[in-house]
Amino acid sequence: MADWVKRDMEGWGRWPVISAEVARPETRADMVKAVGDSQGDGLLAYGLGRSYGDTALHSGHVVMTTRLDRFLAFDPATGWLKAEAGVSLEEVLRVFVPRGFFLPITPGTKFVTLGGALACDVHGKNHHVDGSFSNHVRSFELLTASGEVLEVRKETHPELWKATVGGLGLTGVVLSVELRLTPVAGPWIEMESVRVEDLDHFFAVSAESTGFTHTVGWIDCVTTGKAMGRGIFMRGRHAPQGIEAKKSLLGRVVDAADRLLDVPIDGPGWLLNQATVKAFNEVYFRKHPRGQKNSIVHYEPFFYPLDAVRHWNRIYGKRGFLQYQMVLPKTPDQRPLREILGAITRSGFGSFLAVIKEFGPTDNGWLSFPTPGVTLALDFPNHGAPLLELLERLDAITVEAGGRVYLGKDARVSRESFQRMYPEWEAWKAARDAVDPKGVFRSTMGERLGLVTPGGRS
Amino acid sequence: MERGEGGNEQPRSGVEGAVRGAAVVFGVTSRVGRELALRFAERGHPVWVGARDQAEAERIAKDIAVRTRVVAISGGFDARAVETHAALVSSIEAAVGPIERMVIAFGDMGDDGRRDPQMLRRIVEVNYLGAASLAELVADQMAARGRGIIAALGSVAGDRGRQSNYAYGSAKGALALYLQGLRNRVFSKGVHVMTAKLGFIDTRMTWGLATKIPIASPEAASHAVLEAMEARRDDLYWPPFWRGVMGVIKAIPEAGFKRLSL
Ligand SMILES: Cc1cc2nc3c(=O)[nH]c(=O)nc-3n(C[C@H](O)[C@H](O)[C@H](O)COP(=O)(O)OP(=O)(O)OC[C@H]3O[C@@H](n4cnc5c(N)ncnc54)[C@H](O)[C@@H]3O)c2cc1C
Ligand SMILES: NC(=O)c1ccc[n+]([C@@H]2O[C@H](COP(=O)([O-])OP(=O)(O)OC[C@H]3O[C@@H](n4cnc5c(N)ncnc54)[C@H](OP(=O)(O)O)[C@@H]3O)[C@@H](O)[C@H]2O)c1
Repeated sequence: MADWVKRDMEGWGRWPVISAEVARPETRADMVKAVGDSQGDGLLAYGLGRSYGDTALHSGHVVMTTRLDRFLAFDPATGWLKAEAGVSLEEVLRVFVPRGFFLPITPGTKFVTLGGALACDVHGKNHHVDGSFSNHVRSFELLTASGEVLEVRKETHPELWKATVGGLGLTGVVLSVELRLTPVAGPWIEMESVRVEDLDHFFAVSAESTGFTHTVGWIDCVTTGKAMGRGIFMRGRHAPQGIEAKKSLLGRVVDAADRLLDVPIDGPGWLLNQATVKAFNEVYFRKHPRGQKNSIVHYEPFFYPLDAVRHWNRIYGKRGFLQYQMVLPKTPDQRPLREILGAITRSGFGSFLAVIKEFGPTDNGWLSFPTPGVTLALDFPNHGAPLLELLERLDAITVEAGGRVYLGKDARVSRESFQRMYPEWEAWKAARDAVDPKGVFRSTMGERLGLVTPGGRS
Repeated sequence: MERGEGGNEQPRSGVEGAVRGAAVVFGVTSRVGRELALRFAERGHPVWVGARDQAEAERIAKDIAVRTRVVAISGGFDARAVETHAALVSSIEAAVGPIERMVIAFGDMGDDGRRDPQMLRRIVEVNYLGAASLAELVADQMAARGRGIIAALGSVAGDRGRQSNYAYGSAKGALALYLQGLRNRVFSKGVHVMTAKLGFIDTRMTWGLATKIPIASPEAASHAVLEAMEARRDDLYWPPFWRGVMGVIKAIPEAGFKRLSL
């Protein structure tokens, strides 16, 4: 028997909160035992809890993976790293940036585990060039419901691969991942930012940014009319040898931020109201001069601006918040995107942070999120029913346009919408039922979306 | 025994031409033990790490090798199998060279307060007998070479018998006494022996413990133990406030203490 402890678990959005029996195995043998213990009310792996909604939540047994965090092999000639699933991206960077390697793909926070990155098949600012996380993985070890450990490669287990990559932890516990790191000259990023005046301008700048591996935009989703979609477009690439920023000052700022910025307690409910969001968007836009700025920056502020504030999710207070991220196939006039921005502005639920990016071609898991098109991610304080109604409307526009919502950030999409967004879900389910016929691996999200059946037998 | 492979990179130090002698950690599946082994490797000691679960020890050796590019070798051992310990120590030295630092990280609290004869034997054999046996053997090797530092992870529970955990506490207390004698014996031979008296550390032992008393991270504990070893301290309380707490607890007269429920 592993040691099970009753805990209230939440994702990064802090809504919903689900109570579970939680274990934190210290050895691989204990992880295998824990999976054996859980028969009956199901089990799910939990990494660093940076998914937003109920992706990593389950009302039965939950196993934390963070203590199984060993590096197992590294080949500096090729960059192939084999590491256990509980290793965080932060740890990979800490050990390997000084040795001239970087993550091939990174989401907007480094506080995620390799297992979580695979289970959500995460994408980064370089998606249009390098695809998503699984494109840089050649194998992983999967602890399945039967207690067996399989070494899964695309070639040897094509279906299990497509079911597990982006598969939200529902095929088993990933124990280790073989990931190819990218050689870099150092920690520096050559970055340019361009102020974009409206949506068309955004797409024009995005199109002319082919010389950059990393692109992302911030857009103001409070302002309507002609300036709808105004914002700041950021593009960058790993700096070649010899190019670096004046280290001292920047280094000190990053270090100071690291030590000082934390949100120790819940913010008051009024903190993020319509007025503050509007003011923030206005200031953020205005502080960037018209036109373009070039700079050399450390990878921390470039990739992880939010990580500088440790528990920033507490700013939203106890009620938590919801993130909504969807991808829409590109159309010449970007009608669906305009409809979505319009619906948000009209609702008055401005988003503090609205991030926009174009995805490139994809060939990943059946439930992997990225598809070619434009993706938009928004944070909303949990306003309850009126917000949920707005998000339903956004779902309808997204489904209509042939788009989908990111399940790694979801807490509320309906089963019907989900099935239209992810038409390959049935292939996913067949593969998952084959590897877990008794329905051992389960989650709140999986039950909500009909991926697994509550109470076992999927 | 297997050798952790840190890719193709050259080891930064190794058995041949090592600047520092070997560091060994017995009981490396303890998170504190693993962190300590990593700390030693970061300082350039080739390391040997051992556990009952040899496959797990090997993953830890690989981790250390990848992170530090120092030679890391793993092996299996059982603290209770004292008759195997002499051969074990020789084989470790054959693999990583003369032992310069040694940490006993293993320990066993027993199950659910059971105090039947089998459980008592297990608790005493792991925490006291096994630890004393390995410390004695390694101390002799070190004494012959005139240098070395030994530390054992003891417990504040060993400072006074209390109804809640006196089986485990008495074994840890006995070990502290044993190490005190050993310290005295090998001091003149240039060998140092330390007892680390740990309070609550966030490991398997304390997982799920509902307490208002602060729980320290294994990483912080490893830094503290390593520093105290290098400073040749005789004992260490970690977190430090436990020295004061145990000072008070030890000072309560037995006539009153026996009435308390601690
Ligand atoms: C500030 C911020 C920015 C973000 N930016 C991005 C972004 O740019 N791109 C992007 O793609 N995502 C982004 N995310 C989302 C985040 O990267 C993903 O949700 C990621 O999966 C979180 O990893 P985790 O280790 O915290 O996993 P958790 O949140 O703990 O779990 C997520 C899922 O992974 C599963 N899982 C975890 N470990 C294992 C394992 N060992 N085996 C099997 N299943 C496992 C869980 O069951 C769950 O389904 C962001 C999140 C935050 C908070
Ligand atoms: N955590 C605390 O709050 C705390 C407080 C005071 C003292 N300590 C002491 O600190 C040390 C480390 O403990 P921990 O907290 O890290 O807990 P832990 O994870 O339970 O570590 C105990 C270790 O002892 C090993 N062990 C048990 N019996 C053994 C045997 N017969 N032979 C070899 N190894 C054996 C275990 O290995 P297996 O994996 O093979 O079981 C495990 O690695 C222990 O000595 C403990 O008594 C801890």
